[in-house]
Parts: sequence; structure tokens; C-alpha cells
Amino acid sequence: MSAVAPILPTVPPPREHYLNANYGIRSWLLTTDHKRIALLYLVSVTLFFFLGGAFAVMIRLELLTPQGDLVQAETYNKLFSMHGIIMVFFFLVPVIPTVLGNFLVPLMIGARDLAFPRLNLASWYIFNLGGVCLLWSVLHGGVDTGWTFYTPYSSIYSNTYVIAAALGIFIAGFSSILTGLNFIVTIHFMRAPGLTWFRLPLFIWSNYANSLIMVLGTPVIAVTLLLVALERLFHIGVFDPDYGGDPVLFQHLFWFYSHPAVYIMVLPAMGVTSELIATFSRKLIFGYTFVAFASVAIAVLGFLVWGHHMFVTSQSMYSSMIFSFLSYAVAIPSAIKVFNWTATLYKGSVSYQTPMLYALGFIGLFTIGGMTGLFLAALGVDIHVTDTYFVIAHFHYIMVGGTVMAYLGGIHYWWPKMSGRMYPEGWAKLGALIIFVGFNLTFFPQFILGYLGMPRRYYAYPEEFQVLNVMSSAGASILGVGYILPMIYLIWSMRYGPVAEANPWPSTGLEWRTPSPPPTHNFAETPVVTWDAYEFVPPEKTRTAGQSPPHGQPA
Amino acid sequence: MAEHIIPPKTYVLVFAALLALTYTTYVVAFIDLGPWNVVAALAIAVGKALLVALFFMHLRHSPKLTWVVAGGGLFWLGILLALTVSDYLTRGWLAGVAGKS
Amino acid sequence: MPEAPSVLAHHFDDVEQQRGAGTLGMWVFLVTEVMFFGGLFLSYTIYRVIYPDAFADASRHLDITLGAVNTAVLICSSLTVVLAVYSAQVGNRTLLLWFLLATILLGLVFLGIKFTEYAHKFAEHHVPGSDFVYPGPYAQPAKLFFSLYFAMTGLHALHMVIGIGVFAVLFVQAWWNRFSPAYYTPLELSGLYWHFVDIVWIFLFPLLYLIGLHLPGIGHG
Repeated sequence: MSAVAPILPTVPPPREHYLNANYGIRSWLLTTDHKRIALLYLVSVTLFFFLGGAFAVMIRLELLTPQGDLVQAETYNKLFSMHGIIMVFFFLVPVIPTVLGNFLVPLMIGARDLAFPRLNLASWYIFNLGGVCLLWSVLHGGVDTGWTFYTPYSSIYSNTYVIAAALGIFIAGFSSILTGLNFIVTIHFMRAPGLTWFRLPLFIWSNYANSLIMVLGTPVIAVTLLLVALERLFHIGVFDPDYGGDPVLFQHLFWFYSHPAVYIMVLPAMGVTSELIATFSRKLIFGYTFVAFASVAIAVLGFLVWGHHMFVTSQSMYSSMIFSFLSYAVAIPSAIKVFNWTATLYKGSVSYQTPMLYALGFIGLFTIGGMTGLFLAALGVDIHVTDTYFVIAHFHYIMVGGTVMAYLGGIHYWWPKMSGRMYPEGWAKLGALIIFVGFNLTFFPQFILGYLGMPRRYYAYPEEFQVLNVMSSAGASILGVGYILPMIYLIWSMRYGPVAEANPWPSTGLEWRTPSPPPTHNFAETPVVTWDAYEFVPPEKTRTAGQSPPHGQPA
Repeated sequence: MAEHIIPPKTYVLVFAALLALTYTTYVVAFIDLGPWNVVAALAIAVGKALLVALFFMHLRHSPKLTWVVAGGGLFWLGILLALTVSDYLTRGWLAGVAGKS
Repeated sequence: MPEAPSVLAHHFDDVEQQRGAGTLGMWVFLVTEVMFFGGLFLSYTIYRVIYPDAFADASRHLDITLGAVNTAVLICSSLTVVLAVYSAQVGNRTLLLWFLLATILLGLVFLGIKFTEYAHKFAEHHVPGSDFVYPGPYAQPAKLFFSLYFAMTGLHALHMVIGIGVFAVLFVQAWWNRFSPAYYTPLELSGLYWHFVDIVWIFLFPLLYLIGLHLPGIGHG
């Protein structure tokens, strides 16, 4: 008997589902349903995204001209600091785990909810509390320390509300620890019968590995920001050279979290990409086991490389060499993923719906971002391009070209499941195209600017850099249009979009075996899983004689 | 988790061992062992921590996953300490090379 | 955790799954606590490596007897915690209540002793701030020592306060017969937290109080 994942026939939309099960604000604000909490997070992170984007608009406007003429220097310092803090801590770190992860993790493993539903709701409130602290800081002028809060400027000299911002990040960090904890326990304990580790979708593997990072790294930045606050309040001296303290110790502590944080930002995006590539090639991800282990390897190795942010501090040369070497090592699992996604496309049945466009964009742009990371990991090169626009371009290629695109791809892909409606494909493709063009126009010139020597965090620059800066700002305006478009048509589709079936693509995966939108309890009956992930084609047809079955499965 | 119930006597024995080790570390602190004082103090602390973890926290009867979690936490702390301290310890190695110290 | 002892939360399949999930969750949380304190332990390690003599000198101004007594107090409290869990396992409500009460009282004794130590430090002007006075050549790094002393023991004390609060809630719940041999998971999990806080102190004591006592010029404290 075939164990292939059956494609469900079209089912009429269910009468009751998680969206209409209860009405009223209390039923949303006091919900413990992971799907509703995911939507609550969607609202919060989207607000933060546009706030962080507003700061970016101001930055790009200022940089249209070589002179500092739009804002004062101190204001410009605040602009890039708030842009960074909001985008990193209040958008990129939480977005995919709390929106897509919260919604999908229980569905993908056949569970009724996460392990700790009330803790999940508490996480959302804690996140917003952190956001309120940060907003308080914004309303009182913001901080000018950079999102990196380097001491002794942040701990002694800055006259801005550093403690308020630090408190906001501290609290938001606690929220991400709780989310990670919830995912780890859920994935260990609540998988449906038959759903062994190597039958899990790669989105689950990515979120699991990501949760490890959140749990292990975030407490360190929490205590570091606490020390900065203590330094500001009581002059404890721990980062103050006047008392024998070392400002570079702050950098060690800060980057111990903040480097793994960039993997927090990209690992879930890689998980989304795996799902999209598999579905839109109608093929098992090539080297599934390698991709799964690569996620964990990225999580582990990501903790061993933080010193590559400190090559030009007083860090020991020997430490720098070790960190440089390890930074090359951490690129390997990422590269394995890129190769495996590409190999999946080969002889796949590829279609180019919007989510696939975003996934393909992710692969290309992440590759560029990742490779330029290797340039930065080379000690000699880094001396020249550190603290220039080269670094800015590098991480925006990964954060925006990578994570944001994967997020948008995931939102589009799972939109029918979440909302019960299909988005308009034509507009969505247009949006993806605008974003792709706008993104590259914004950030590719920045590689060149950085290589030519334009420093980061400067509001004035030599005349000869103006053309590239204008290109970048023009690109940013296009990118902005590209982001607003999905906002409009996705909201439009909730009311006017065609009603979606349970499995519109169609895809494998347990989330597609329940109606769109799902009922509150997810599944009428707990599924019993007897098939591997991504079985678009029955295993008998893909395996040649003598080939062994996937890891851990019987022949 | 330990479904089987550990008798109070075991707990009291562990408790006595913990007190004895506390007294030991207190006494040894006054004896000059040079650089080994730190080693002795930490070794005793590790011993006490192991007793608390294995017996009071039931780690001894816990599933392997719990061991991995506990060990992982300690290992990660080790990464933080080792890679940072190694920076400070090796900064002076290039003293004498022009411009670096 | 469920509202009543025998009710399974709706998203779990059975009690074993629920308890296993709770236990793993608490251990994962304790790992985050290890990393949280870890940042302070790192700062301490770095500065002790850089300023060994100053740290030894400053450490002698701590009251080792009070520190040792506090260590013993915490170890006693860990015993009362495990005996409280045992009492629940065998269904002895009276013993359970006594042991929970003892734990809370021992915790309060710990905090009381800590408070006394802090008061001494204030009186001696060893509190980092504008009032800091430390005669001798080690004044600057000594300030670092005391900063870390207050940060580390302060954070630890905060965790004690939270722990005492948790056990007070458990006491009330035990009073209302929430626990039985069939259900005592909150006691176990809170116990894990308490033991962790004890372990932190097991390391704080030698690292803060017992440096440099063996160096010449110092008799028995």
C-alpha cells in the first residue's frame, strides 16, 4: 500500500475555525490559541517594521546630498541607532519565529497547541512591554549610541535615554527566550505519533535550531545591557578605563549574543525557503538530512565566531586568527543549504508563483550576502572595509534580501492557510519584482561605496560618492513601494480574495491536511504519520534498486 | 523524572557531604597552596554542585535529554569564558612586535 | 499548569507528556539562567585575571563567617526542599507544609544575613558610587571587585526573593490540598529552580569570599 502523502480534494470552507470561533477583543487579548497569538505578533512586528523603516527613510533622505543638511549630526546618530535597534530587536529577531513559527509549529507536527500556551501569550505581552519602553525612548529623542551600544560612550558619555532603550531590549529579549523555550519543548514532546525527527519538515528543524540560539544567547545580552545600566547609574566601572575596566569586555559580551542573533534572524528564513523550494519544485529537498544537520551546525558554530566583529579593537591577534578561521567554518553549513536547494531545483517540476519568486530571490541574495561575509572574515580585507558601507551592504543583503524576502514568501505561501483566502497573484508578483529591483538598487551600490572607503554612520561624505548614494536612496523609495503593496492587497484579500482550499498549492506537510483556516484545535483527529517529509512522489518511484531509505526509516 | 522515590536518608547523607565540603573549602582557603588554592576551591565547588544536581535535582534518574540540556548549558558557559579569557591571556604575546602590545 | 491537580491540560495527550514537558521546560529555563549569570562570572573572571592582588585585597573585607553561614543556610534549604517534595510523594501533607515553611524561613535568614553584610559595606564606604573610599594602592580595581560583588550577589538575592515568593505560593496551594502522590509537579519544578539558585551561591562563595586568605599577613578570619 502506498505511503505517499495524499492530496486532499477541495473541501468547502469550514463553518467554524480559529478566526470566527469567538468574537470580541477579550477573545483575542486573552487567547491561548497559538494561531491567534501569531496574528497578534503579526500586528506588533509590522508596526515596528514600519517604524524602523521610517528611520531608514530619513537616513536615505539625508544621504542624498554629500553635506549634512537635512538633520544635525547628533540627530543622524539617533536615526541610525533607532533604525538598527528597532529592525534588529523588534522586527528581525522575532518576525519569523513568532508569526510563522507560532502559527505553524503545532500544525506541522500534528499538535493541538504549543507546550505552554499561556506562556506564549505572556511572551506577546512581554514583547509589547519591551516595545513600549523602546517607544518611550524614541519619544524622548532616542539613543545615539548605535544599535551596538559600545562603551564607554553608551555607559558614560551619551546624554540620551540609553537605559530606557536597554530596558526595552532586555524585556523583548525575555520574550524571545520564552518563545524559544516553548518551541524546544513542543518539538521534543508533542510530535504526532510516527513523526520521527527525520520525518519533520525542515521548517521545524530550522526553528528548533534557532530556538537553541535564542535560549543560549539572549541571556548574555540581557546581563550585558544590565551592566551598562548599572554603569550609567552607579559608575561601577566595569567598562570604564578610568577604573581599570575594559570597554572591549563589553564588546565580547555584546557580540557573544549579537553574532548568534544574526543566525536567529536567518535560520528561520532558511527554514521557510526549504518549504518553498520543495513545494514549488514538487520534489524532496536534496540532501534532507544534511540540511537538517546544517541548521544545528549553524546554531552551534554561530556561537564561536563573535570576535570577527572585533578585529580592529585591541583583541589579541591570536584570538582574531581563531575567530577568522571559525568564521570560514560557519559558512560551510550555509553553503551546503544553498547547494542543496539548487540541487532540488534540478529536474524538479518548477513553478513560479509568488512564494517561489521570493524563495529564489532569497537564495541569490543570501549567497551574495554570505560570500561578502567571507570577505569580511578575512583579516586583511576586514581592516580596510570594516566600519564602511561594505559591512552595511553585507548584512542588509542577508537581513533584507534574505530574511525579509523569505518572510514575505512565507506569508504569501501560508496566507491561504492563515486567512482562508488567496492573495491576488498578479499584484503579488509585481510586488516581488518591485522589491527585488528596489532592494538591489538600494544595497548593491553600498558595496561599492564601502570598498571605495565611505564610512558607515556618517551623515556627510565626499562629493565623489554622491551618485552611488543617490542610486541607493532611489532604490530605497522603490523598495518602500514594494513593501506597501503586499500590505494593501493582503488586507484586501481578507475580504475580497477567493476562498482558499485546504491545500491550494498543493503541498505535503500536516498543516495542509486541515481546513483553511484551521479549527481552533487544529486537527479533528491527531494524525498518525507514516510518510517522510516532502513525499510529492511515492518513494518507490524515486528510489532505485539498492538505494537505502531516508535516515532512520525502514526500507 | 524520578518516578521512584528517593529515601530521605540519601538526601540527608548528601546534605552532610555538602556541609563537610563547605567546611573543607573554608579551611583550605587559609592554607597557602599558591596557585592551587583556586583549583582546590573550584574543585570543591564543582563537587558540591554535582551533588546538588545529581541528587537534589534528580539528574541521576533523569532521562538522557535532561543530561544533554544541563551539560549543554555548562558547555556554552565554557565557550563564553574560554574564548573571551583567551583573548585577554594572549594579548601580550605580541609585545615587542612594533606597534602591538 | 492545569487548574486542578488531576486535570490534564487540553493540548497534552497524557499526564506523562505534560510532566515531561514541564520538566524539560524548567531545565531549559535554568540553562538560560546559567548564561545570564555567566556574563557576570565572565566579567569577574577577566578582572580577577587582570587584577589578582587587588581582588585578593578587596575580598578580605568581606565577612567570611557570614558568607560561610549563608552557604550552610542555603544547603539546609535545599534539603528542606527535597524533603518537601518527598513529603508530597508519600502524601504527608503536614510534613510537606513544615518543610515548605522551613524553606521559606531559611531563605529569609539568608536574605537577612545578606542585608547585614550589605549594611556593613555601606558603613565602610565600599559601595561603588560617589561615596566609595578604599585606602591603599588597589582603590580602582577594588571598586571593580565590589561592583561585581554587589552585582552578582544582588542578582542572586533577587532570584532568592523570587524563589521565596514561589514557595510561599506553593505553601498556600499545599494548604489547600493541591498536591498529592499523583500530582506534585509544581513542587518538583520549583525545587529545581531553588537548587539552581543554591548552586550559583556554591560558586559565588569561594569566588568572592575565599580569594587570597592564604596570602601572608592574614590570620584566621
